[in-house]
Amino acid sequence: MSGLAIIGGSYAALNLAISARQHGYAEPIRMITDEAMAPYHRPPLSKGHLLAPCPPDALALRGEAFYAEHGIEVLLETKVLAIDPAGKLKTARRAIAFDSLAITTGARARLLNLPGCELDGVVTLRSWADAEAIRQRLPDIENVVIIGAGFIGLELAASFRKLGKTVTVLEALPRVLARAVPQRLSTFIEAEHRLRGVDLRCNVRSVTIEGLNRRATGVVADGARCPADMIVLAVGATANSELGAPLGLVTQGAIAVDNVGRTALHHIFAAGDCTIHPNAFSGTPLRLESVQNATDQARAAGAAIAGVHAPYASVPWFWSDQYDLKLQMVGLSHGADHEIVRGSVEDRKFSVFYLKSGRLLAIDSVNSPADHMLGRRLVSQRIGVAPELIQDPQFDLRTLAKAA
Amino acid sequence: MARICYKYSDGTSREVDVPAGRSVMLGATTNGLPGIDADCGGTLSCATCHVYVDPAWLERLPPPESSEADLLFGVAAEQRPTSRLSCQIVVDDTLDGLIVEVPERQF
Repeated sequence: MSGLAIIGGSYAALNLAISARQHGYAEPIRMITDEAMAPYHRPPLSKGHLLAPCPPDALALRGEAFYAEHGIEVLLETKVLAIDPAGKLKTARRAIAFDSLAITTGARARLLNLPGCELDGVVTLRSWADAEAIRQRLPDIENVVIIGAGFIGLELAASFRKLGKTVTVLEALPRVLARAVPQRLSTFIEAEHRLRGVDLRCNVRSVTIEGLNRRATGVVADGARCPADMIVLAVGATANSELGAPLGLVTQGAIAVDNVGRTALHHIFAAGDCTIHPNAFSGTPLRLESVQNATDQARAAGAAIAGVHAPYASVPWFWSDQYDLKLQMVGLSHGADHEIVRGSVEDRKFSVFYLKSGRLLAIDSVNSPADHMLGRRLVSQRIGVAPELIQDPQFDLRTLAKAA
Repeated sequence: MARICYKYSDGTSREVDVPAGRSVMLGATTNGLPGIDADCGGTLSCATCHVYVDPAWLERLPPPESSEADLLFGVAAEQRPTSRLSCQIVVDDTLDGLIVEVPERQF
């Protein structure tokens, strides 16, 4: 038996391997990653790691001993060039045989075809190597321009402000986090960043990067020049789905899978940022870029590879830390017909509850982890609740969890 | 450095040496111990590094801060008075011999 080959080396790769083993898979498992490190925590790269670097072994999702003990061989710095669905992977060094295959290749930073984007000083952030490249330049940087006000862009803005840098954020849409949260939360977060001295500009129509001697020196946004020693492109991610294209596995740029992570080919699975999947909470095929999705989808796929049917049906959740704000989101708020605020926006401690036809769709929390944790249960059960109860500070939300 | 004992529901246990300044969560994940998922890496966002602290040791730990206490309400296994998030238990020499029990599920 050739066993299971996993292409990729992050949350989905690791959790797929763990899940396969936990469900009794006894064949060899090989994890093949083009990075120099076994799976590691990525969220800290835009936050704590820039301020106070974590040693690599503290960022590792699991220590080396774990892989040895679970019979998982990790091949580092190995790029898979092509998949032969008959059971072979082509790499630069050698061929790797498989019976089952998992594509957990994640996503890469989307690049903009901006004039000047090839200049030195223009960076993106996805990996440890990216973070190290940014960290090494920190002492020489005064002015940072971040293009894109999504989670990574805003987390970096917060980190750079904490480091005392001058920060400008440019966003093409009318508000920050437009894809992720409704208007009310965008407005709140915009105010927080401006309060901390970020020059935040939305509705930016045109951006050009200027340079001298191949080094970026500034950005011209809608005619206004901002000096910059570093320019971060943080305009979303593109699924790493190329390996699946010749096999006909790609839909809307991502690897299409069912609710156990299986592709159209019975022995080929995929999980995480690189997939488009039938999400129980969206109703339509969905791409999600999150630790939760990578982890839970991989658990379902790992089980399926071991012959156990445990479909992916968990509620989506996300988090982001910016300054002293802990943002936690559960559920998908699209289509909500009611928004109810619980707590105090002024005190930066509140949650927004989203209802549709009286049922709870999603909760966005700011510095209110109890609401979020409870929300994971309530949203996954799509519980029905009266808006007056949510608004009532005297009402204990736990009552709802007990009733459900 | 402190020796930490992780007990499992099947009656087995594992002991590892954890350097001072590191968390009980890191003691498990860096040494390959199962059962502590630690999805968020110790940033108080996920509640998947839940442990039950041996009652004899509970009083010797600083009590949970409010955000840890909030997250504990959402742990997947039963929440008990001895429940803690292992990412928030930072090891020092006084914790040598600490015993924690790893719950059967984290998610």
